[in-house]
Amino acid sequence: MLLSRKWLNEFVKTDVSDREFDEAMTLSGSKVETTADLGAEISNVVVGKILSMERHPDSDHMWVCQLDVGQSAAVQIVTGAWNIHPGDFVPVALHKSTLPGGVKIEKGKLRGIPSNGMLCSLKELNLDERDFPYAAVTPAALLNDYKPIDPEKPSIPAGIAPGYKLFGSVAAARVDEVVPNADGSWQCRLSWAEQDGPGAGIADTQCQNIHAGDLVAFDTKAGTICTLAGLHAGQKEFPHCIPDGIFVLREEGIAPGDDIKPVINADDHVVEFEITPNRPDCLSVIGLAREVSATFHAPLTLHEPVVKGGGPGVLTELLDVETPDPELCPRYTARMVRNVKIAPSPKWMRERLRAMGVRPINNIVDITNYVMLEYGQPMHAFDYRYVKGGKIIVRRAKEGETLTTLDGNVRKLTPNMLVIADDTRAVGLAGVMGGENSEIVADTADVVFESANFDGTCIRKTALALGMRTEASAKFEKGLDPLNTLPAVDRACELVELLGAGEVVDGVIDILNRVPQPSVLKLEPEKINALLGTDVPAGEMVRILQSLSFQVEGDQVTVPSWRGDVLRMADLAEEVARFHGYNRIPVTLMRGQTTAGGYSKEQLLENRLGAICRSCGYSEIITYSFISPAYYDKIRMPADSPLRKSFKIMNPLGEDTSIMRTTTLPSMLEILTRNYNYRNKSVRLYELGRVYHLGGEDGLAVESKVLTLGAYGGMDFFSLKGAVEAILRELRVQDVHFEPCVDNPAYHPGRCACVYAGGDVAGVFGQIHPLAAKNYDVDAEFYCAELSFHALNLAQGSSPQYVPLPRFPAVTRDLALVCDEAVPVAKLEDCISRAAGKLLDQITLFDVYRGQGVPEGRKSVAFSLEFRAADRTLADDDVAPVLKNALAALEKELNATLR
Amino acid sequence: MKEQLAKIRAEALSAFESAMDAAGLDALRIKYLGKKGELTAVLKQMGKLTAEERPAMGQLANDVRAALEQAVGTAARKLEEAALERRLQTETVDVTMPGAAPRQGHRHPMYIALDQIKEIFIGMGFEVLDGPEIELAELNFDRLNAEEGHPSRDWSDTFYFDADSRVMLRSQTSPMQVRAMDSRRPPIRIIAPGRVFRKDEVDATHSPMFHQVEGMVIDKGVTMADLKGTLSLVMEKLYGEGTVTRFRPHHFPFTEPSCEMDVQCHKCGGVGCPTCKGEGWIEILGAGMIHPRVLEMAGIDPEVYSGWAFGMGLERLAMRQFKIADLRLIFENDIRFLEQF
Repeated sequence: MLLSRKWLNEFVKTDVSDREFDEAMTLSGSKVETTADLGAEISNVVVGKILSMERHPDSDHMWVCQLDVGQSAAVQIVTGAWNIHPGDFVPVALHKSTLPGGVKIEKGKLRGIPSNGMLCSLKELNLDERDFPYAAVTPAALLNDYKPIDPEKPSIPAGIAPGYKLFGSVAAARVDEVVPNADGSWQCRLSWAEQDGPGAGIADTQCQNIHAGDLVAFDTKAGTICTLAGLHAGQKEFPHCIPDGIFVLREEGIAPGDDIKPVINADDHVVEFEITPNRPDCLSVIGLAREVSATFHAPLTLHEPVVKGGGPGVLTELLDVETPDPELCPRYTARMVRNVKIAPSPKWMRERLRAMGVRPINNIVDITNYVMLEYGQPMHAFDYRYVKGGKIIVRRAKEGETLTTLDGNVRKLTPNMLVIADDTRAVGLAGVMGGENSEIVADTADVVFESANFDGTCIRKTALALGMRTEASAKFEKGLDPLNTLPAVDRACELVELLGAGEVVDGVIDILNRVPQPSVLKLEPEKINALLGTDVPAGEMVRILQSLSFQVEGDQVTVPSWRGDVLRMADLAEEVARFHGYNRIPVTLMRGQTTAGGYSKEQLLENRLGAICRSCGYSEIITYSFISPAYYDKIRMPADSPLRKSFKIMNPLGEDTSIMRTTTLPSMLEILTRNYNYRNKSVRLYELGRVYHLGGEDGLAVESKVLTLGAYGGMDFFSLKGAVEAILRELRVQDVHFEPCVDNPAYHPGRCACVYAGGDVAGVFGQIHPLAAKNYDVDAEFYCAELSFHALNLAQGSSPQYVPLPRFPAVTRDLALVCDEAVPVAKLEDCISRAAGKLLDQITLFDVYRGQGVPEGRKSVAFSLEFRAADRTLADDDVAPVLKNALAALEKELNATLR
Repeated sequence: MKEQLAKIRAEALSAFESAMDAAGLDALRIKYLGKKGELTAVLKQMGKLTAEERPAMGQLANDVRAALEQAVGTAARKLEEAALERRLQTETVDVTMPGAAPRQGHRHPMYIALDQIKEIFIGMGFEVLDGPEIELAELNFDRLNAEEGHPSRDWSDTFYFDADSRVMLRSQTSPMQVRAMDSRRPPIRIIAPGRVFRKDEVDATHSPMFHQVEGMVIDKGVTMADLKGTLSLVMEKLYGEGTVTRFRPHHFPFTEPSCEMDVQCHKCGGVGCPTCKGEGWIEILGAGMIHPRVLEMAGIDPEVYSGWAFGMGLERLAMRQFKIADLRLIFENDIRFLEQF
């Protein structure tokens, strides 16, 4: 919400600096985003009066002007613009001045002639013709500016003399004198040569670029001077006859030397507020003025609109309003204006609109916007002649009904939408935008002003469904004060009379479908203080509430109609707190019963898992919970896999984020691939994230956590297995074993294992299948592990119990065995352990060898065995029989023999 | 004999001093002090002396032995020191050569920021709760006083799983307030960090998924002054003692009065600079006194109990702390980024 401080001053005077204003308003609850000083970039630009003009001796298009800029001596400035004349008032950027966009002006020479500044166009002051419609430039086609497009074939011969016939009744004529008319047009005295002697004529023109000595195209029949269009000429042929030029000021009461800023409203400061959705009343100058008044303890001066009326006709005969859907239209207020004269609105109104970000259009439309900004009540103006049957019906749209809105778009409507209709058709989309078919146009004669209150939810849904959130709908959707419609429509009519824009018909049509009841609350100062932790006296509370237009009688507080957000004690407490000052509320710490606090067992495990992964060299990542269904294909998930049954987002941002993942693998592969594509050589990553399965309570998901590891670069299967083992060891998981997993399509069938903890599958890990890697356009070996957090949590061992350190030395024996290729190491280990009994303290694999000396299809596996007893030093005699046992078992069970 | 002793003494002392290594010194020791050494040889002549001469000569001989033994010891230590010196010389390394780095993983910066917050609140007796990310709209909205028609419920803002807008991706961690109220009785002190989801396109400051931490206290006699005190203390623990906070009125459907908390810009001290976008203050979190409707809906009598709650965005916290300019880096997970933390 933008606020012009000049406009604000009409209701409440504040003289504080922008910074003080912003801070105080922010702290009382109206958060200021920024304040723009409209003239911040403009300095040393003044009103100048052109005293005289001479053509530049060394240029075909420049003028040397002498200007009165309020100094003792005239100032000389060279300009290339042609729309100025002696006597004109123009904005002058003097030597060492600044203009919008960081432009700096200094004196200099233009083709040898000193120029002490610059005359400014609208654009150079960051304005346009909508701000000053009178400053629009209409150029005449000056024949002395003619430049043929093709120098070989000029359509006007070079050096033509006055009297030369161009075509039809149009001939070249010399301008002898240019005299201004009272209405801003010009009278030109023209002369030319005819066959039978000199000819002369007089022409009135709106074109500003004509000066004595120019050669114009004069239509002798029409008595007019031709513009480019009149000559059927293009801009290129008349490069200096452009619809642009210096901003010639026509403001009352200006004098040479005046600062330009107040003249063009660049002395205003515009504050941008962030208004929270509970305060639609603050989306208006008056609403904010109330807050400003309470914040600065400054009196609020509101104005009661007064309408003289007396326009022709009887309102009830001219207009009839029906509201067949009263719940969607709590109130509909309308008035009529007749004999409207559409014109630009006055400067003060245009300035205020523009300062608050609204483009001026014409007086009637500007009035509706002005009232919306001032009162926060959206208004609409219909052209009465298009309200067929003089009847306005506020009804639900029919299924399939269409309406072309003011922005030119055809809207398809549904019965959930509310339209303003006449007897036959919709003429506006209630609370959102008017219809093109009833738009105010140049010849509009009679106008209906609508000032209504619509159901916020209906308006919001309509705007959303049609994708057209407008200034009006944004206000309505928050729920407006139904008591505001009448003052607003009266204010609009008052402005019509003030601007002389038409005649207001007496009377008001006002349909009140829901009579709002004022909300009365009990003021309980001790409760408010107890909630805030303050000691604000009751009298101070009353003062604050009254400053916000709450009526207080005894302990009864009547809430103003525009404060629909105030419903109970806590709301009153907030009002008190805001103006007592949030920062004056004391600072205390929690009291009362203590609570234990801390992490749950699961959270402690999460923390530990992270720490273990990091100690293994794996870094933490965060990936999105939603993925694309195509990701399942990328990891080669079978079409009938139950894991494809995912929570599907009905309104996703895009396909890539449209379903909730049931596996974390694609997320990890995505990140590994990204790192790989960034040419990061060696990467170790982990994520403790969730997967989402169907079938939870209340239609929710079963959300399980998965610890995912991912790595590439200097990796092999056993590096990954080492990390998995480290995790299990650190958690003191008992009964861990690994089995080959050949049927997980995401993984390499020969390099994938299932890990079992306590008999249950705790996860899977291994090398990503080359075909899956190919789906990511990667030819590297990616390694991943997926471990179930739930399984790890269950399998987690109890806290460690101290085992006495060995007091007697160990005896070490190395065993090199030869066995079939297919015999897994785990089976050999298992066999040795069982046969060796309790003297075997540790068994460590240290070599696997195939090749020379070992038969084809067999392999050599070497273990180091450590024997130890708790109560004595072992002798050879102790170990020998144990070894013999083991070897016997190995040979018998696994056909493994000593090498 | 006296002369002999003096000679041995002089010779031996000089010899010990000039010994080149431990072996040489040992040979000299044997030569002079050994059982068959020169000193012993002289002493063997003691028997030839008179009884009057003997004590004095004995004394002298002992003095010489003591002197020689001491000299051997000194010389040995010197040689040892020299040998050590030489060894250390040869063992010297170039300390500017790089160390052999152990491979270390790194905590994600968002979680570093969250860990700090958790530690602070746990220290104040808060429990850390975890809850579902796929949530009922009832808990995410209705029970938090954001009734049907509240703009945040729009399909343009929130992800839904059914046409009735019943099941959704939680858009805030605030439903954990409701879950906490439903599962325990006051006094309640909880925080609940986690993922939240909003329909925002990815850019430098937006992501459809991000993290928040929610906090809530409910007890008898809890005041807004407590809210201010506790959150200010948290900020001091997070940003250092003397950190200045300010509270501004704001609006949330589930708190009343509501506020936003700013921290004075550490860079400019509140004057205004690029870090704080000229405002002098940096917005940190939203908070407020729990709305009496929200308490009522949870079956907690607002006439007896009151409470406060807050919610803060964790990515923004981490981005501020580590000066990360672009939110996309957080979810890109480039190892070169992750290894900086």
